[in-house]
Amino acid sequence: MHPILARPGRLNPYLAACMPLAAILTALLGRPGAGIRVYEAVAMAVPLTCTYAFMGLSVWYVCRQFRFRGPDAGRSLVTHAVAALLTSSIWVGIAAVLAAGWGLWSPFDGLLSRLRPQGVALFAVGVLLYVLAAALNYVLLALETAAEAERREAELAILAREAELAALRAQIRPHFLFNSLNAISGLAGTDPERAREMCLRLAEFLRRSLAVGERSSIPVSEELALSRAYLSVEELRFGPRLIVEEDLDAAGEPCLVPPLLLQPLVENAVRHGIATCVDGGTVRVGVRCAAGRLRILVENPLDPDSPSRSGGGLGLVNVRRRLAARWGSEGLFAAKRLADRYLVVINVPAERTA
Amino acid sequence: MNAGGAGEELRVLIVDDEAPARSILREYLERVPGVRVLAECRNGIEALKAAEAERPDVAFLDIEMPKLNGFEVRELLDAAIAPVFVTAYDAWAVKAFEVHAVDYVMKPFAPERIAAAVERARERIRLRDLPSGDAIAAAAAGTRPEGRPLERVVVRDGAKVHVIPASRLSSARAQDDFVEIRSEGKAYLKAQTLASLAAALDPARFVRVHRSHLINVDSLSRLEGYAKSGFTAILADGTRVPVSREGHARLKRLLGGGEGLG
Repeated sequence: MHPILARPGRLNPYLAACMPLAAILTALLGRPGAGIRVYEAVAMAVPLTCTYAFMGLSVWYVCRQFRFRGPDAGRSLVTHAVAALLTSSIWVGIAAVLAAGWGLWSPFDGLLSRLRPQGVALFAVGVLLYVLAAALNYVLLALETAAEAERREAELAILAREAELAALRAQIRPHFLFNSLNAISGLAGTDPERAREMCLRLAEFLRRSLAVGERSSIPVSEELALSRAYLSVEELRFGPRLIVEEDLDAAGEPCLVPPLLLQPLVENAVRHGIATCVDGGTVRVGVRCAAGRLRILVENPLDPDSPSRSGGGLGLVNVRRRLAARWGSEGLFAAKRLADRYLVVINVPAERTA
Repeated sequence: MNAGGAGEELRVLIVDDEAPARSILREYLERVPGVRVLAECRNGIEALKAAEAERPDVAFLDIEMPKLNGFEVRELLDAAIAPVFVTAYDAWAVKAFEVHAVDYVMKPFAPERIAAAVERARERIRLRDLPSGDAIAAAAAGTRPEGRPLERVVVRDGAKVHVIPASRLSSARAQDDFVEIRSEGKAYLKAQTLASLAAALDPARFVRVHRSHLINVDSLSRLEGYAKSGFTAILADGTRVPVSREGHARLKRLLGGGEGLG
């Protein structure tokens, strides 16, 4: 439906806005020497303008169909030309009927025959009015498209927020807590000092996880600190099986990323990598910043016999979705399983606080 | 088997890949009178070796471990050894009891809970209520975590353990109480029925082409023979597998009736 007819409050202002056109048409019809009296010109111009006002609305459908895009631009022009001639002809026909009608009343005697010389001029006005109506409709269409784009953007923002929340909810996995508590319980008997150390590390990790969740972006340095807190807990559980190596680029640390981007990758590296290897191995975390791009790399060993995770697991799907929500096609994500290693690379625009 | 009722010594094996988890389990187990911890094992391979050498009555098995998970270790252990699963996950409980677990204990441990598990193990041993090896293999293979098909098959060959990914399993054949599994040109014998193996594998990939044969369709290279005399499947490694009439129909259904199977 046409946006002007879609809401009841819009029709009267629209018709009022057409009245200056009625005045111009009056002046044109009743110009000196044309043989039309002023009241006759008004009696013709006002109804004809209102008629055109409604006919102009139907141009909307033509405009919506033909938007001067791509290879169809030429076809759009032809369609509009045909529609203009048709609309104008109908309008002139209506004018003739109207003039004949008025002519039945003595003050308008012979109006139709006196107007006949102006038929061509009226037709030209009809074509001009068509151009005006088409322009108006294209403006309305553009406004509607912009509103639609804004709505979609708002929807995307909501989606991104939902992805964040899902990530946060999934974050502190209960089995991680249960396993850690069990390890603390075990260390309390054999090595109370380390049990206390583990309580502190677990507290540090929980405190950091809770703090970052409320923000929409955090610097890579904080994400690294959170991952280290997580790994320091796992180091006490896995002992010498877990070795961590960092390869950091100072330029990358202030770059902004969504919170809990790196930590789930590191957690996956431990759960699906280190935990599958009898002798464990090294989790490598790399951060590089060059040419306006931030690259984060997580690499872990895995047992070649372990079954591959379909689609890389829920955690990776979540990370991929969040990168897409934030950066669209600029947020690159790749996960690759090699014979005895698993590799995850994130490549996104390097953003820094202003 | 030297443990009977309460009071007699119960010989226990601890299998967990995390040192703190092993030490708390040992501590709580040693508090229970009559329990002797024979060994702590860091993974399934160590557990199989220790079980061979020490002949335990009970094995406390973590589930998520490297190489072999707790269920696979259970499958390969002597059926006379009573398993108690210990894990932080509650998702495996149903499967644990399907493979005749004595108990399923959640981490973090409570000492009373460990004592209760020991009591249940004693009860089980006193009643001699122990399943056969094939019953365990059937249950282990027949129930799949989260409804997924079996991703790998574990086979014990003396002291060695073979882990065969399902994708590399080309065919299997019933041999009395065993299945002969073929993978990459080698054959492995496993104490299991063909039916239970077939039920566990991905039905979109594995077809029972004969009462005593199943094949991986990915390793099928061609089919020989005619409807009257019966068909023979030729696999990529050259193995010839007889195909029954019903097997042929199943194969045709899976491959969508195409590929010139007549």
